[in-house]
Amino acid sequence: MSGAQIEIQLIGIVVAAACALPGVFLVLRGMAMMSDAISHTVLLGIVLGFLATGDLESPWLLFGAAAMGLLTVSLTELLNRTRLVKHDAAIGLVFPALFSIAVILISRFARGVHLDTDAVLLGELAFAPFDRLMLFGSLLPRSLVVMGAIALVNLVFIAAFYKELKLATFDAGLAAALGFSPALIHYGLMGLVSITAVGAFDAVGSILVVAFMVAPAAAAYLLTDKLERMLLYSVGLGAAGAVGGYWMAHLMDANIAGSMATMIGVLFLLCLLFAPQRGLLAVAARQRRQRWEFAQAMLAIHLLHHEGTPEAEVENRLDHLQDHLRWEPAFAHNVVQRADERGLVRLENGSLHLTEAGRGLATTMLADKR
Amino acid sequence: MGAGWASSTSGKIMNLLDLLHSLVFDHTVRTVALGTATLGIVSGVLGSFAVLRKQSLLGDALSHAALPGVAIAYMLTQSKSPIVLMLGAGAAGILAILLLINITRQTRLKEDSVLGIVLSVFFGFGLLLLTFLQRNPDARQAGLNTFLFGQAATLLTRDVMAMAIFGGLAVLLVIVFWKEFKLLSFDREFGASLGLPMPRIDILLTTLLVVAVVIGLQAVGVVLMSAMLVAPGAAARQWTNHLGRMTLLSALFGAIAGVSGALLSSLGTGLSTGPVIVLCISVIVLISLILAPNRGLLWNYLRQWRNRGRLRTEAVLENFYLMSSQHDDPSHPHAVTALEAVSGAGNVRRSLEELQRRGLATPHSGNTWSLTAEGVRAAQARLQPALKDQP
Repeated sequence: MSGAQIEIQLIGIVVAAACALPGVFLVLRGMAMMSDAISHTVLLGIVLGFLATGDLESPWLLFGAAAMGLLTVSLTELLNRTRLVKHDAAIGLVFPALFSIAVILISRFARGVHLDTDAVLLGELAFAPFDRLMLFGSLLPRSLVVMGAIALVNLVFIAAFYKELKLATFDAGLAAALGFSPALIHYGLMGLVSITAVGAFDAVGSILVVAFMVAPAAAAYLLTDKLERMLLYSVGLGAAGAVGGYWMAHLMDANIAGSMATMIGVLFLLCLLFAPQRGLLAVAARQRRQRWEFAQAMLAIHLLHHEGTPEAEVENRLDHLQDHLRWEPAFAHNVVQRADERGLVRLENGSLHLTEAGRGLATTMLADKR
Repeated sequence: MGAGWASSTSGKIMNLLDLLHSLVFDHTVRTVALGTATLGIVSGVLGSFAVLRKQSLLGDALSHAALPGVAIAYMLTQSKSPIVLMLGAGAAGILAILLLINITRQTRLKEDSVLGIVLSVFFGFGLLLLTFLQRNPDARQAGLNTFLFGQAATLLTRDVMAMAIFGGLAVLLVIVFWKEFKLLSFDREFGASLGLPMPRIDILLTTLLVVAVVIGLQAVGVVLMSAMLVAPGAAARQWTNHLGRMTLLSALFGAIAGVSGALLSSLGTGLSTGPVIVLCISVIVLISLILAPNRGLLWNYLRQWRNRGRLRTEAVLENFYLMSSQHDDPSHPHAVTALEAVSGAGNVRRSLEELQRRGLATPHSGNTWSLTAEGVRAAQARLQPALKDQP
């Protein structure tokens, strides 16, 4: 591995970590699409900052962009509060308008400057190692330094306000009642999303920032119920997606950021299918098991109901089940076989008898119902 | 100076005439305007349903999700004809919707998270495919510009024909299934109880939304397509509570934005059509939010202001009466400052003038006022229920 390769992967990991931290709260709070809106409108902040300072390297651009992210949030909320449009429509109205203004400003006033709209939307990770910055006596890639700093800010903010964030996320009412301002926490979080989006668009572009923020957090949400673990897993998944994506791009000779987003998507898909408790396969298996267990309980209750009565001769026959419980013959046969294997029933020349265990199951099921 | 002003005005009028002239006679401008108008109408019609069904951001996700479809369609056919690419984009859009619906239904993830994932991962995958196909990892050179921002200026007659055919079909289907779509948007359960296959109707309407997105991609691009699906519907919603009128108005707004965007960017200012169209429709939204009768913010504010004035006037009348009833003569004059002290904040003098207009109070010298006999009666009538309640 060459130095540049290692550096690109490092940048990818740092971007993933910086994005995943606020991403967890976006996913939990149902505000994932705000990251899409913010990552687009930061362009307007950058353009305005550039027009004001005339310098693409100026730190004011970052401030302008972060401020524009917050403005997007507050405009959306303002529009939402008029109750004339719904929340999702408010997002869909605000960010395209601000983004259009940015595109028009660029084409009118910033033409020929290295500020392409598609560069902002797409980013280019392959060039990141060439843009270096002197720091601590060594030349480091600019993206690595910037994203490292942003990841640190995110980490410090979340660590410092961990309790407040947790409370405001899971029980906003209680948080407000205890005197934590939900608005302050909300805007703090949105501020983090803004600066992260600004820092990351350089490397991966504003559209794929959304992948880094939302997908690992959503995947982690399928894996665990604990917030600490969710934060940890989503950073891990994001980093794994970044490294895996880098190598896929290397093999295919294709775009790195696109490949990273794809890899993160693949990881999400794997979690979606195979997550131990909430994965689709686990859910399907649980539903199947419950279906058989329920059928066996039904069988046991049915047998208990008629046990020792004169009708037992007719009712408790295998071929009668399809009439009484409306079971297909194959299904009824299958249920009886499973119940027999579990030692719940005995089959004697076509008539069914409960065992002690079967009687116990039926009585507990009936007792639970009462 | 007057002459200069006149000539600049006539210059402006000439400009406008030139613009209209080019709309009618300039082939390129006409083609572009026709294309963007078609787009505006189709997305206006389908967007009004999307807005009502809280699916405003679906268009955003769908337009991004179309990219891998375009790349795969190109990979399979090696053709760049708009119909082939549109079909690819449509297929990817439908796949995205199916994923979106199923993941949202079967997991505890919220819809917006799934939207974000589908949007960004599909787009990333499209980027990967496109750069892989061109054997050039630099995304900026992958010809993505057209996809991102559209190129309305390069619309050809055959493109507009394709847009019109697909779009016309979509609008026709909306008319045919009007009642079903209306039920779907407002009372899905009732529709189901009538025995209508609501899931299938849902899929049909959403597929038509995909058609609208696919039509728009070439003209305004991914990023701004979402606005075309939200804004006309959101603007039209402010003017009416009637679905039919809302949809027509939405189509009209879409068409106006499309044509004016095409004309403004044809002025040779170097503005790209997509963003100008979006700004036009955003202005229409803003005007609608502020000025629309009944719902508009301006009317709402006026109504509140008037109500506040009315309530304050009544409060002043009541306080005035309670103060004067401390005297033997209820028409005893009182200083305005005393009334202000009792009534608290607010413009007491304006309320007194209002009372005077209604013949309930009269001013006296020395900044004092008194209630008329009429005023006393009015105040007693207002206070009667309250006074009766007291033990």
